[in-house]
Amino acid sequence: MDHKKTTLDLFNNVDLATELTLGLPGTDNQPEIIKSSLSGNKRTSSEMGSSTCTDENESRFSPPTKEQVVGWPPVRSYRKNILQVKKTESEMGSGMYVKVSMDGAPYLRKLDLKMYQSYEELMKGLQVMFKCIIGLYFEREGYNGSQHVPTYEDKDGDWMLVGDVPWEMFISSCKRLRIMKSCEARGLGDC
Amino acid sequence: MDLNQKRTRMVDRVDSVDPDLVSPESTPMCPFPDEVLEPVLSLINSHKDRSSVSLVCKDWYNAERWSRRHVFIGNCYSVSPEIVVGRFPKIRSVTLKGKPRFSDFNLVPEDWGADVYPWLSVLAKAYPFLEELRLKRMAVSDESLEFLAMNFPEFKALSLLSCDGFSTDGLKAIATHCRNLAELDIQENGIDDLGGDWLSCFPETLTTLQVLNFASLNSEVNFNDLEKLVTRCKSLRVLKVNRTINLDQLQKLLLRAPQLTELGTGTFTQDLVTRPVADLEATFGSCKNLLTISGLWDTNSLYLPVIYPACASLTFLNLSCAALRSFELAMLLIHCKSLRRLWVLDTVGDMGLEAVGSWCPLLEELRVFPADPFEQENVAGVTESGFVAVSRGCPKLHYVLYFCHQMTNAAVATVVQNCPGFTHFRLCIMNLGQPDYVTNEPMDEAFGAVVRTCPNLQRLAVSGLLTDLTFEYIGKYAKNLEILSVAFAGSSDLGLKYVLGGCPRLRKLEIRDCPFGNAALLSGLTKYESMRSLWMSACNLTMNGCRVLAKEMPRLNVEVMKDEDSEDSQAHKVYIYRTVAGPRRDAPPFVLTL
Repeated sequence: MDHKKTTLDLFNNVDLATELTLGLPGTDNQPEIIKSSLSGNKRTSSEMGSSTCTDENESRFSPPTKEQVVGWPPVRSYRKNILQVKKTESEMGSGMYVKVSMDGAPYLRKLDLKMYQSYEELMKGLQVMFKCIIGLYFEREGYNGSQHVPTYEDKDGDWMLVGDVPWEMFISSCKRLRIMKSCEARGLGDC
Repeated sequence: MDLNQKRTRMVDRVDSVDPDLVSPESTPMCPFPDEVLEPVLSLINSHKDRSSVSLVCKDWYNAERWSRRHVFIGNCYSVSPEIVVGRFPKIRSVTLKGKPRFSDFNLVPEDWGADVYPWLSVLAKAYPFLEELRLKRMAVSDESLEFLAMNFPEFKALSLLSCDGFSTDGLKAIATHCRNLAELDIQENGIDDLGGDWLSCFPETLTTLQVLNFASLNSEVNFNDLEKLVTRCKSLRVLKVNRTINLDQLQKLLLRAPQLTELGTGTFTQDLVTRPVADLEATFGSCKNLLTISGLWDTNSLYLPVIYPACASLTFLNLSCAALRSFELAMLLIHCKSLRRLWVLDTVGDMGLEAVGSWCPLLEELRVFPADPFEQENVAGVTESGFVAVSRGCPKLHYVLYFCHQMTNAAVATVVQNCPGFTHFRLCIMNLGQPDYVTNEPMDEAFGAVVRTCPNLQRLAVSGLLTDLTFEYIGKYAKNLEILSVAFAGSSDLGLKYVLGGCPRLRKLEIRDCPFGNAALLSGLTKYESMRSLWMSACNLTMNGCRVLAKEMPRLNVEVMKDEDSEDSQAHKVYIYRTVAGPRRDAPPFVLTL
């Protein structure tokens, strides 16, 4: 076949011993090039190495086993999209995990601060995790009326009441969380 | 069989004759008057049976054409809309398929054709009371959808599968104007998703919806409007939402529609639980009629168990969007004793498939999709042992689609020995030209075993390192084979010759990247008129070979798609199909009809 030969000529730098062959078993090991795609974006591109292979394609050549062939494996494009979204989500999951301790609880938990967009969401998350009630933060009154008070250790090593600073500033400075019993917490919020 | 095919063509040609002018030949051979014949024939729904009925005699042909309500057109270019409406005066439902299947994998250039608009304009005049339209791989524009919405006042059901060319604006037109809409099923299309406000276009007066599937759309819809729609459509039985619908919202929808038989969930996880998981579980328990669950995006061990109460009666579970691990699948399947169809991602691994074999004795169909199709190193996925494990536990298995990175001849032979009833066997070994990884031999014996052992085989897709021997087996043994897909296989023209020389029931043959040339193509000369279509791309065909075929067989369209990069003499992509409509009049410049 004419353009197979030309393709072979172009790719003669490749170690042909590692090429996959379409020949019958037992025939001499003259491997044939697996057809590889040109630019993946060109929908009308030839699936075979073309005799008019451009420089760009030569420099992009890699062993056929790793080359992506147009339309192979035969997976519908909408399926690829589902999986890609999945991948990005897990790549983003190099989250911001901080330890969370709760007074009276036998072991600590870990929480990814990146999962939350606001204090309210964080409180909800903490409440679920520890099955406690933290209640709302009121600027003047602190966590009045609730049994537990969330505190955090900041970059300087100081223990602070959660809620004073803007959210963005909080997540960049929070190193760990501690949910204190309110009887112990008295004194932190009072000014 | 061939004789019948000839008669079909002749009978089609009779269409242009006015039936009234033909002398009525109700003969002693056919004593039933039309008043009797037509109601009897109206009970026949299969289009293949109707085709047979129409061949009996002229009376039956006429009675059949007047009683037919649904027409199925497997290749939109095999017949013209004028011929269809001329033959069948009283159609209420049309199914139309367009592009060759390999267009799903980007092998068919855009603007190739299969535009539905020319069909719609003819159908609007002939069937103003058309109720259903089901399109697969057609080019559908927003203008077409608007035309559909405005010109068919009784329109009830629209199904778009793998179509492209439209946007959510087209859906707006459908939602706004189709007052009796019962079904809107949008699947896997190349759609321009401009936003979710199409859903809000359904009028408050619309209460007839039975099927709503927008799972493949990305944009968020107005949840209030969706909830109200679901609430007022009491006959809703199929609801498949998209990923933007969260668990809380899903719960609300399920409470409104406990009668659902098919459910597609949205995202099936939450960072913040606003309602305990037990509530959700109870809600699933209250849906007593669920047969199918799909969606389940992003789910995990915490949330997946909420569906357990609904699992006992499930017959179809589609987990192909949920990257489950083996134990998660196993825990789930324990509850799914009625399962007949299962779709999973290969993240479940061989161990997950062992669980399938253990817990799903009634399983008939299994599809395993690759989570990471383009990753070639460090991939887990499934292997031959998972395949064998399923076959051991599921003797009723007759449909398989299996993506893997390695396989052995022995394993496939074992699988078909355990499950000789295969009708659809689609094995995709994803690494090109991969031999049996244990023996290093070609995979010929695997597919030989399949065709020898499974007499009911209708559809076969082959992969791996294959020589002409595979095709010799197929040609010799696959007597009922109708659809064959071949990629990167075979050693010479002999391969294709074997297939074309055997396989008496072959209808669709699609081939890519195989060393089959003109001699092989021409060996099938007499066969192509009994087939729907043949696709060959990146093989060894030349323009001259195709010209010879076109000259010998005038009732075939022999189309070559020209590609800028290939040489002029090469026929890079060839699509051949039988037709009574003559050459395409809408072919783009890169499609040459020889």
